[in-house]
Amino acid sequence: MRRRLLLALSVACTVTTTACGSSSSSRSSSAGATGPVVVSAAASLKESFTALAGRFEATHPGVKVTLNFGGSDSLAAQITGGAAVDVFAAASSKTMATVTDAKDGLGAPVTFVRNELEIAVPPSNPAHVATLADTTRAGVKLVICAPTVPCGAAATSAYGAANLTAKPVSLEQDVKSVLTKVELNEADAGLVYQTDVKAAGDKVTGIAFPEAAQAIATYPIVAVKSGKNPAAAAAFIGYVLSSTGAAVLSAAGFLKP
Amino acid sequence: MTSRQLHPRRGGRLPAGLLVPAGIGVAFLLLPLLALLIRAPWRHLFGLLSGHDVLTPLRLSLETASMATVASLILGVPMAWVLARLEFPGRGLLRALVTVPLVLPPVVGGVALLLGFGRSGVIGRWLYDAFGLSLPFTTTAVVIAETFVALPFLVISVEGSLRALDPRFDEAAATLGASRWYAFTRVTLPMLAPGIGAGAVLCWARALGEFGATITFAGNFPGTTQTMPLTVYLALQDNPDGAIALSLVLLAVSIAILALLRERWLRA
Repeated sequence: MRRRLLLALSVACTVTTTACGSSSSSRSSSAGATGPVVVSAAASLKESFTALAGRFEATHPGVKVTLNFGGSDSLAAQITGGAAVDVFAAASSKTMATVTDAKDGLGAPVTFVRNELEIAVPPSNPAHVATLADTTRAGVKLVICAPTVPCGAAATSAYGAANLTAKPVSLEQDVKSVLTKVELNEADAGLVYQTDVKAAGDKVTGIAFPEAAQAIATYPIVAVKSGKNPAAAAAFIGYVLSSTGAAVLSAAGFLKP
Repeated sequence: MTSRQLHPRRGGRLPAGLLVPAGIGVAFLLLPLLALLIRAPWRHLFGLLSGHDVLTPLRLSLETASMATVASLILGVPMAWVLARLEFPGRGLLRALVTVPLVLPPVVGGVALLLGFGRSGVIGRWLYDAFGLSLPFTTTAVVIAETFVALPFLVISVEGSLRALDPRFDEAAATLGASRWYAFTRVTLPMLAPGIGAGAVLCWARALGEFGATITFAGNFPGTTQTMPLTVYLALQDNPDGAIALSLVLLAVSIAILALLRERWLRA
């Protein structure tokens, strides 16, 4: 009996994993714009930064970009916790401040894009949502980000600007989780970024709303002190800020800084 | 079965090959918990906790974990009996299948639950059309998610106990004219009680700690679906000290309850 219980317990221990992303840590060395460079970027930058990293590697032979996407807050926590990261791109200046306040940034962060919220609804739009006010109607299953996450803070200011009280059924851990609930038709409406609607293709329909202008997210980028490849970090940030970088980012739906 | 030999047989030296890895294993399990205690912001603990509504998620966690345990007992004990006592083709396969949630990452379980019981899910669509019932984002969804991941623990535990039980007790009851149901309720079940108790505790503990399937299937909203693990995870995003304080509460409550139950039941 006791043995069985212990065996079951040991099984329990191995399978009781909570979610959470994996942290990246990779060794890097050498000077000059060669070698590996680790870039931690907000989840909403996934599509555009993946494309940018590919182009950057093509134009900078010898550089290998390792991308680590996640919620800005988790990434910031990894950096202040000492993770070896060369570049950090966050989805909010507040999150960036936690890194720069901890003196983990090299120089001042630069805002490289901005992003606006949109209402995402399933293609069939079951609750007939057309405006931000519609998302607060009784019976409409609204899903937004938790207020601790940048997209949730933006959603709160959007409803505040519109003098509306949101009655969400769920406060999700990141913007992609909101999108998933809408894609699976479990939520009638969700507040996500324009770029997320674009990346989701025809799985959701985006509805722009005027109050979004009051809740625009700014995306700052900075080189990180703990990074092992400052030269490549500077080169990558320069590339993101270049006209090529701007073109890729605006094609993904981001606004100019 | 319950002989406790704390000391190895005299004459033999303590085997370092077992003691050293055992010691490392104990340290491995306890050090992170110790770190939690060391790094805990003890001085501000009260202030940190009063900044959060701790009672609502704690009560929700305890209630949903208990309901999931009850649901697991109602479904799991008969499941264990079928797997342990009935001979039928495909029994091995069935046993493997019901324990899949054990090895499935909980988030995947949550996605599967959405696809099955969500408003547009395979079964959920029918529930929604017929009764207007939509499970995601409700407390019921939390209980379903917790039961989904915790039920296999109970089944495995009870099935193991059933197999260890001598079936001749059943046979003796049968020769005395007892029906299978009578033999199960009056002979098997009482002897099985410690195994069921142990399984229920495991199941309850697993349900209490459930995170991935819950946040995926039930979402996260204070008072309806935000259990303690979800509260801790979200607090970690912007207030790590608050998250540590909340973790301590959950740790203390679960240890207290397990210790209490151990006193009562788990004297196996």
